[in-house]
Amino acid sequence: MREIICILCPNGCYMKVANTNDKWIIKGNLCTKGRKFAIDEIKNPKRTVCSTVKTRYSKVPRLPVKTDDDIPKEYIFPLMKLINKVVINKPIHSGEIIIEDVFKTGVNVITTSDLFYLLGTEEDG
Amino acid sequence: MKIKAYYDVVIIGAGPAGMAAGISCYDNKASTLIVEREERIGGILKQCIHDGFGVIEFKEKLTGPEYSERYIKIIKDKNIPIITKTFVLNVEKKGNFKLTLINPKEGIFNIETKALILANGCRERTQKQIFIHGSRPSGIFTAGTAQYFVNILGYLPCKRCVILGSGDIGLIMARRLTLEGANVIGVYEAKKHPSGLIRNISQCLNDYEIPIILSHTITKIIGDDRVKAVEISEVNEDMEPILGTEKIIECDGVILSVGLIPENEIAESLNIDIDKRTKGPIIDQNFMTSENGIFSCGNALHVNDLVDYVSESGRYAGLSAARYINDNYERKFISVEKSLKDFAYIVPQYIDIKSIKDKVIFYFRSMDIKENVKIYIKCGENIIFHKKYRYLRPPEMERIEINLDKELIKGEKSIEFIMMEG
Repeated sequence: MREIICILCPNGCYMKVANTNDKWIIKGNLCTKGRKFAIDEIKNPKRTVCSTVKTRYSKVPRLPVKTDDDIPKEYIFPLMKLINKVVINKPIHSGEIIIEDVFKTGVNVITTSDLFYLLGTEEDG
Repeated sequence: MKIKAYYDVVIIGAGPAGMAAGISCYDNKASTLIVEREERIGGILKQCIHDGFGVIEFKEKLTGPEYSERYIKIIKDKNIPIITKTFVLNVEKKGNFKLTLINPKEGIFNIETKALILANGCRERTQKQIFIHGSRPSGIFTAGTAQYFVNILGYLPCKRCVILGSGDIGLIMARRLTLEGANVIGVYEAKKHPSGLIRNISQCLNDYEIPIILSHTITKIIGDDRVKAVEISEVNEDMEPILGTEKIIECDGVILSVGLIPENEIAESLNIDIDKRTKGPIIDQNFMTSENGIFSCGNALHVNDLVDYVSESGRYAGLSAARYINDNYERKFISVEKSLKDFAYIVPQYIDIKSIKDKVIFYFRSMDIKENVKIYIKCGENIIFHKKYRYLRPPEMERIEINLDKELIKGEKSIEFIMMEG
C-alpha cells in the first residue's frame, strides 16, 4: 500500500492506494480524478512543467512557459535543458507552441504570457 | 487617459483583488478608477509562473500569468480606467475622500472619491522581523524576491541554499531553484507542522527529494560579503533554540519564507480598526471596514492561500462599493463570535443587519490541525449552519456561504461559530 497526496486541486486529498489481484483499491479521494491520479502516480507519475525562456528584449528578459499536458517525471530535467536553449526573437501571444512534441510524448511547451502585451506593442507593430 | 477630479469608487492596487473589484464596480455602473503603483498590472501573479491557479474561478489549472491576463483582458475590453506607476501618498476624509497621488506624468495631484477599496495586498516578513543573529552579507532573499530574480529577470540568486520557513512561496521556490540547477539543501521550519499546503509539500519537495526539517531554525548567518554558511538549531516547544544542537551548513544563499502580513499603511493612517489575528481591517459582510465608504479585500484583508478567493472578495467589495454610492446607508452591527482557541480567525468579524440582502460568505482558519470536526453557526438558540470536516488545517482557509435570515437575526447581539469534535 502507498500513501499519495493528490496534487490536482486545493483539497490535497490524502489517499491510500493498494493493488491486489490487479484490482485498484483507493481510499481517501473526494473525486474520480483523484482515483486516476493515484493509479497514474504508481504506474507512470507525470507532472506539468512550468519555467521561463529567454527573450532578446531587455524590457522582458524572460517569458513564462509550461507544458500543455503532464509529462513523465523522468523527462522533467531533460526538458529543462531544452527549455533553457530557447531564445524568443519576435513578439508572440500566450498559448503559442515553442517546443513541439517533447520526447515524442505529444506534449508541447507553450507560452503562458502575451509578449505583445508585455512589450506594450500592437499586434502589427 | 484623462484623469477626472471625481470618481464614485477608487481602487488601490491592480492585483487579482483590485482587478476583480474594478470589474464589478464598473459592471454595477459606478464611475471607477484603479490605481497601481507598478508599471504592469497583475500584482504578484506576474512572477508566479507555476500552475494551480483558477481551479475554483475558471475550473481549470492555470499559471499565474494566465490567470491574471484573463482579468487584464476583461479590463481592457471594457476599457475600465486604470492609472499605473502611481502611488497614493495620502488619504483624507473631507465628506468624500480626498486622495493625494503622485506619478511621473502628473506629478502630485488630487482625486476625490466617495468610496475607496483597499486592494493593496500583503508584504513578506523579512529577516529584520525574525531576528536572526550574525552578519549581513549578500545572499539573503525573501522567497518573493528570489522568485522575481529567477522568473522575471532570469538570474539565479544562489547555487546552494537553505530555505527558512515552509510557506507556500518558499516551497514553490525550492522546486523552481532546483529546476534551474541550484542545490536546495533543505527547508527548515521552526514549527512542528509545515505552513504551506500539503500538495505543495508533495509536488515541490517530495518530488525532488528536498528534505523538510521541522522544529529547526537558523540561529546564525555566517559570511562577510556573501553568505558562507548558516548555523541551524533545533527548537523546543516554545520555539526557543536548544543549546548544543547547533549544526553548521555551508551555503551561498538563504531564502526566507516566514509569512506574509497585510499591507495596511493607508488603513492605519485613517484609524481603521485592525483585527489582531488577520492583521487586516475588521469588516462587515459587505467588506466595508469600520470607516463608512472604505472597503478592504484580497490579501490586504487577510492572507489567502488561493487567488480564486482573492478574486471573489474583490468582486464582492466592488459590488458593495457600487451599492454604497447609490444607497448611503447607516449600519447596525452584530458581532461574529468564536472560540479563540479553535479558530485562528473568521472574516467578516461583524454583520451589518440593516444591509443583509443576500448570501453571506465567511472565510476562516482553524487554530490547529483537526480531524473529524463539525462547525456550527448559531444565532441565538437556532443552528443556522452545520458542516462536517474530515480535516481542518491552519494552512488551508475554509469558506462557508450561508443565507442569513433578516427576521431571525433581528434582536440578536451576535452569531456564534462553534467547533466540535466528532
